[in-house]
Amino acid sequence: MTLEIPRNQPPGKEATIVVSGTTHHHPEAWKWYHYFTFNVDHKVIGIQYLVTAFLFYLIGGLMAVAMRAELATPDADLLDPNLYNAFMTNHGTIMIFLWIVPSAIGGFGNFLVPLMVGARDMAFPKLNAIAFWLNPPAGLLILASFFFGGSQSGWTAYPPLSLVTAPIAQSLWILAIVLVGTSSILGSLNFVVTILFMKVPSMKWDQLPLFCWAILATSVLALLSTPVLAAGLVLLLFDLNFGTSFFKPDAGGNVVIYQHLFWFYSHPAVYLMILPIFGIMSEVIPVHARKPIFGYKAIAYSSLAICVVGLFVWVHHMFTSGTPGWMRMFFTISTLIVAVPTGVKIFGWVATLWGGKIRFTSAMLFAIGLLMMFVMGGLSGVTMGTAPFDVHVHDTYYVVAHFHYVLFGGSVFGIYAGIYHWFPKITGRMMNETLGRIHFILTFIGTNLTFLPMHELGLQGMPRRVAMYDPQFTHLNEICTIGAYILGISVIPFTINALWSWIGGKQAGDNPWNALTLEWTTSSPPAIENWEVLPVVSHGPYEYGHDVQPLAATEAST
Amino acid sequence: MAIATTTSPSHHEEHKDLRVWGLLTFLISESLMFGGFFATYLFFRGSNEVWPPEGTEVELLVPTINTIILVSSSFVIHFGDTAIKKNNVKGMRFWYILTALMGAIFLAGQVYEYMTLGYGLTTNVFANCFYLMTGFHGLHVFVGLLLILGVLWRSRLPGHYSATKHTGIEMAEIYWHFVDIIWIILFTLLYILTLF
Repeated sequence: MTLEIPRNQPPGKEATIVVSGTTHHHPEAWKWYHYFTFNVDHKVIGIQYLVTAFLFYLIGGLMAVAMRAELATPDADLLDPNLYNAFMTNHGTIMIFLWIVPSAIGGFGNFLVPLMVGARDMAFPKLNAIAFWLNPPAGLLILASFFFGGSQSGWTAYPPLSLVTAPIAQSLWILAIVLVGTSSILGSLNFVVTILFMKVPSMKWDQLPLFCWAILATSVLALLSTPVLAAGLVLLLFDLNFGTSFFKPDAGGNVVIYQHLFWFYSHPAVYLMILPIFGIMSEVIPVHARKPIFGYKAIAYSSLAICVVGLFVWVHHMFTSGTPGWMRMFFTISTLIVAVPTGVKIFGWVATLWGGKIRFTSAMLFAIGLLMMFVMGGLSGVTMGTAPFDVHVHDTYYVVAHFHYVLFGGSVFGIYAGIYHWFPKITGRMMNETLGRIHFILTFIGTNLTFLPMHELGLQGMPRRVAMYDPQFTHLNEICTIGAYILGISVIPFTINALWSWIGGKQAGDNPWNALTLEWTTSSPPAIENWEVLPVVSHGPYEYGHDVQPLAATEAST
Repeated sequence: MAIATTTSPSHHEEHKDLRVWGLLTFLISESLMFGGFFATYLFFRGSNEVWPPEGTEVELLVPTINTIILVSSSFVIHFGDTAIKKNNVKGMRFWYILTALMGAIFLAGQVYEYMTLGYGLTTNVFANCFYLMTGFHGLHVFVGLLLILGVLWRSRLPGHYSATKHTGIEMAEIYWHFVDIIWIILFTLLYILTLF
């Protein structure tokens, strides 16, 4: 959509603003090469986000496999320790900033939010395109940093370590993160305005799909936290390159300030990575269980509650940084409080499954797998949120196990579930269920095999972020490495499935899952302006079970 | 899902102009970035016995004049907004040119202050904070100036702005107020607090 402002009107005569697609001619459907241009259609941008993010996922995954191969033996015999550190840093950075955040928020959010609220596009389409195109340069900067040794101070980039290792690479890393941060802010303000003001008039607030509630909460969180990271990184950049001493203790600086600025963003960042996934879960589960979602309002408001409380828990990452006792107490309590709205959601989904007519499609398998893994990750998170326990396991593999359970077992499973669920809508073709199941089994086994032993490793005291370890940990590390190889292999059936189905999968039809939200009322893939005529909402998004239609022929037999 | 089929598909409905909401959302986000800088500054202020440290004496005369100019420019730009709402493009142009001049004087004052101060960027932590915060604010003033100049450039076109169509003008005004508010906090922290 463009905003056409007629020029040269005589003064006094009101010019009409036409917000439309009729003034510029677009083709009937997008061709493949449109996806490589500065296209402003939200669906193109969503697909661009998803595909680029997936490519970075493969890069980050290769780094992870290399690291696990290195850790199969106690000695640093495969990678140079500096290279290991660079892999470790950039694996984290790429997976967070270039895979989960862009695909969950940028990919699914952009593709689905306008379709779900009944809009023709986002509120600011051009801004949307700008937000996406900040991502590839950021990725290139990260990759370019390897020519300068790669940033080696972990994804947290704590000074003083980040001030003494590979300064050029560290600067490139900072610039990359500032770019994706800007992208995140621009995308988020777009979502907020779109969801608040662009709903189709017939849609009431309690008919807004839960995915949109989740994206709204995510966007508010991103808007309030990302700029603080930008501030912290600017200070770090000046310390690195312009001789200031914000974080140089010998010149009056203080490193803990950086940790505060960093975690004020990066703790909310983990909610940025999981809230959209909660939204995906709330969409996938009712559709495949053929039941109304249990506790619509509770799930919607718990997203907002997580958004608010999530802003006040950041110090739990810094219990060992000399934080005073009152701070430890306050942030322990607030951290445990976050578990409450999260639990509300989990119970809502379980209650939705209860007595449902469950179809074990690939999307549903991933959603159920996510439920199990996320609960485990969440529980280990509760243990670590308590300061007395955290002091013991801080910077050990227990932490690694926890956040991989919530980020891989949560976010990545959720993205997979979302892809299996909305692939028919995005491409107009069904994915292959057999390959999907193989993919699920491999991923599920691989994830648990990789990350479950890490809890034990952490409790025994194996430190994270090092290439060499004490020989006593060898056996468990071997198990982890085997799991990592399985995870590496698990991506292959998925990639084959996605490419194959995209080219020659079964035609999906408009609504293969018999879902009730608005995005299924248009054609698959959706027309360029989404609908000939905007839909009129006549029922809630989750009113399943009252009048179950016969299942679509394309649906897999269970 | 009922689908109405009454309107013709070639027609596309208009939606409200949401640009002002977008800008407000963005400015809330921006203010948090300054919030990060302010928090850093206050942390250092609280953890140092002598603040500002020896050898960094803050000048107050030029910044105070600057503050008066910038704060009054907020009123001036509002007169421009009032004028355009009465469909008075000429009046709007007058007030906006005045605002642009005031902004430019502010920036010149900042540069003059930088040149005459007794400390540089790397002198000590206070100087670090001082230059970074005022520099970032100055960058925002510069952007606001560009917006105002853009409004003036566009207002040359007859009929481009009118009593019913002046979103760009409003947005430049909102941004300018934002820059002003940030400066008031900054001035309080960096200059006035050093007296106590």
